[in-house]
Amino acid sequence: MPVIIQTSNLSKKFTEVMAVDDLSFSVQSGEVYGFLGQNGAGKSTTIRMLLTLIRPSTGSIKLFGKDLQGHRNEILQKTGAIIEKPDLYSYLTALQNISIMAKLSGIYLTQKQLIQQLERVGIGERAKSKVKTFSQGMKQRLGIACALINNPELIILDEPSNGLDPQGIADVRNLILHLSKNEGKTIFVSSHLLNEMELIADSMLIIDKGKKLAEDKVKDLLNPADTLVEIDTTNNEITKLALQQSQWSQFLRPSEGIILKMHRQEIPGLTKFLVEQNIQVLAIRPKHSLEDYFLSLTTANQHVAAYEN
Amino acid sequence: MWRLTKIELFKIFRKPRTYIAFVAIAAIVFLVQLAFYLDGEKYMGFMMASVESAFTIEGNMVNGYFVFFIILQTLLVHVPLLISLVAGDIIAGEANMGTLRLLVGKPVSRTNIILSKFWSTCIYTILLLTFMAILGLLGSMLLFGTSDLLILKTDKLLLINRYDVLWRYAAAYGFAALSMITVAALAFLFSVFAENSIGPIIAAMSVIIVSTILSTMDIPFFNAIKPYLFTNHMLNWKGFFDRPVDKPEVLKSALFLVAHITLFLSLSIYVFRKKDILS
Repeated sequence: MPVIIQTSNLSKKFTEVMAVDDLSFSVQSGEVYGFLGQNGAGKSTTIRMLLTLIRPSTGSIKLFGKDLQGHRNEILQKTGAIIEKPDLYSYLTALQNISIMAKLSGIYLTQKQLIQQLERVGIGERAKSKVKTFSQGMKQRLGIACALINNPELIILDEPSNGLDPQGIADVRNLILHLSKNEGKTIFVSSHLLNEMELIADSMLIIDKGKKLAEDKVKDLLNPADTLVEIDTTNNEITKLALQQSQWSQFLRPSEGIILKMHRQEIPGLTKFLVEQNIQVLAIRPKHSLEDYFLSLTTANQHVAAYEN
Repeated sequence: MWRLTKIELFKIFRKPRTYIAFVAIAAIVFLVQLAFYLDGEKYMGFMMASVESAFTIEGNMVNGYFVFFIILQTLLVHVPLLISLVAGDIIAGEANMGTLRLLVGKPVSRTNIILSKFWSTCIYTILLLTFMAILGLLGSMLLFGTSDLLILKTDKLLLINRYDVLWRYAAAYGFAALSMITVAALAFLFSVFAENSIGPIIAAMSVIIVSTILSTMDIPFFNAIKPYLFTNHMLNWKGFFDRPVDKPEVLKSALFLVAHITLFLSLSIYVFRKKDILS
């Protein structure tokens, strides 16, 4: 698999603040690459460096195997992006905005083709409305349409689900998965919605205070041996008793409900056991282990601990 | 480059604030014309009071050429503010809206972004001056007719033959365009540094007001620095209404303004190419 993004020892210092510190990572072609970090961790600074908005203090960036500074226009021709919130020309219509973005990317589309791009993100019927009348969610959709207008090979999305309602979040998730799986796009996406990232990302990079904490395939990052499984049945007391008297007792964790810590592979066996015991199962939920993992790595866990006390 | 400039012009002329300048100019021109239409003879009488005993002047002195000369004298002091409204906003406004990062993230070089924005500012400036010329000169010619142009200077009274006037206005228009582009280039430079439009507009106007005050005050210390103030050279459009025209002096001023435009634009490009886009 060719490497699409390759950064080496990337750093950015603003006066006295080290926003990004010696960051090296690589993104393979065709993968959805999640970029996680708390607010102020250096995500947006990194994304801005990938798009030449900010000049790195040290280190290098290669996109599509070429030096970013040396081949800037050629690289950006194949890239689409949303950077932070999708600010557009509020006094222009959605159609005028997307038309400008297309022309800036050096492509000329008919009005019909431009409207089709807007329909793709569900705002085709508002094509001729001014952006200042749009909700945050509609602006986000328009931002995504603008990012995709040049049919880019690499799509960089900074918090693409910001401001969207649950349906919008699901639509963006499906769009990302569609672009990756069906159209072979490489997608670099930052988000603070950990469960969303878990659903879409193939690989993940976690940063904190500008430094890399972890980078790996999602399935390898989330240790399957430590999966927390929550069970809900019609009678939790009886279920708990049955589990305590079985081989599964070793996995039980003290809690008000029923929570077991076990290898993900054991879940089918546990399900079978519950069925054999004639227990009416309402739900078996592996907990959001990415959140647990993220909190364990970053300084965010200190804040969580403070609230728990 | 033309592709980018067209996009910039489209954005400029879709903004309501762009039309403030056109409305303001139309209002001032209309009011001056109305005032001369109703009370022009009285104004002329007041102006000629000091020389009435020595000269007898006959004919249509309150004519279109004369009214436009008065309009020019009034407007060219205030037009810089109207130009700064657009030039000061053209980059800082995009930074404020958050669209600058969209623009810079596209496959277009930063130099081309700056140049296209500058060309479109120049086109806007020229359109504004052309609007002023059409409304002021043609409107006044239609309303008041044409005759010889009488110009009262501090030390002399100049009468320019009606057939000798139009080329002077054309030349003065060209010189005024150069002056106003210098103002635009200054506001443009300030715009590169700022992340909201108010700062560059106020900064550009402050420089022009201070320099204009220094240019007009007749104090020996200020006289020494006057030749280096571009605002001092901006007033030399009036040189075309001298007889004979002091061509070396007008040319010197024009070159001085061109040098300032080049300096302001080069600085803008240099700063913008190095700038981290954080907005």
